[in-house]
Amino acid sequence: MDIIKAIEQEQLKKDVPDFSIGDYVRVNVKVKEGNRERIQAFEGTVIAKKGSGISETFTVRKISYGVGVERIFPVHSPRVAGIEVIRKGKVRRAKLYYLRERVGKSAKVKTKLE
Amino acid sequence: MQKCMLGKKIGMTQIFTDDGKLIPVTVIQAGPVSVIQKKTVETDGYCALKVGFEDISEKKVNKPMKGQFEKAGIKPKRFIREFRLENIDAYEVGQEIKVEDMFREGDKIDVSGISKGKGYQGTVKRFGTSRGRESHGSQYHRGVGSMGANSDPSRVFKGKKMPGHMGVDKVTVQNLTVVRVDADRGLMLVKGAVPGPRGGVVAIKDSVKA
Repeated sequence: MDIIKAIEQEQLKKDVPDFSIGDYVRVNVKVKEGNRERIQAFEGTVIAKKGSGISETFTVRKISYGVGVERIFPVHSPRVAGIEVIRKGKVRRAKLYYLRERVGKSAKVKTKLE
Repeated sequence: MQKCMLGKKIGMTQIFTDDGKLIPVTVIQAGPVSVIQKKTVETDGYCALKVGFEDISEKKVNKPMKGQFEKAGIKPKRFIREFRLENIDAYEVGQEIKVEDMFREGDKIDVSGISKGKGYQGTVKRFGTSRGRESHGSQYHRGVGSMGANSDPSRVFKGKKMPGHMGVDKVTVQNLTVVRVDADRGLMLVKGAVPGPRGGVVAIKDSVKA
């Protein structure tokens, strides 16, 4: 079993920032266009974190042109170049799926004051 | 067939490919194997390589086995398998073959092992026959079904799918891809599942379909 753990450990990123549910984050995603690679940012609220170890993922939700968009990123994926926490959120749930039914001001997450 | 290797299944995990895909892999502790005997057309009527895998203490082998190992000049091995290779000129008796000598990243392989025992099972699990409905007074749930026609042929045909022992069979999974070969630890990462329990011995060959 230790070999399995070692293989997983090698792939884990060591510089993952400490972010939690409700945080407003910017995820820098590597996008391949032909043979050119560039970085595309996806900004939104973290509404869920799932899994552990190599298979850990998080869901980011944003409203784009009035339409809700959610993307699920694996935390340790080589495609995810970086995660920046822009604002800390103040929430009382581990999963913010209730935001999907809300629009406008009620769909906002309060900012946590440090 | 040109390549062969023996190994032990360690377990499954996931790894990221360079393009960011998370793929399921089986980790196999592959080799090193030692050549015990070279069978040739002149002496044996066919061409094959007999290899042993995993060292054991000398106390555990009986005299006839011991003689074989001594002749090859190697330590006693727990598992011995014969592979019918097309060309065995490159190998010497007593030679140790490592994973990195045999397989490379991207190779297509077939992996054989002994499947996990499932005990006495019905036809639904054993052969994947369909199940009757559970409700609405069906009274027929997971049964065997019809035994066949009545007075003609007046018997049940051979091979009729019936309950019985399942598992502990030799199973080969074809056309798996080698994702990574770890020379330092003697590991081989294969995309997909491999038959058998963790710790079960598996035989790895180059794919017949490739």
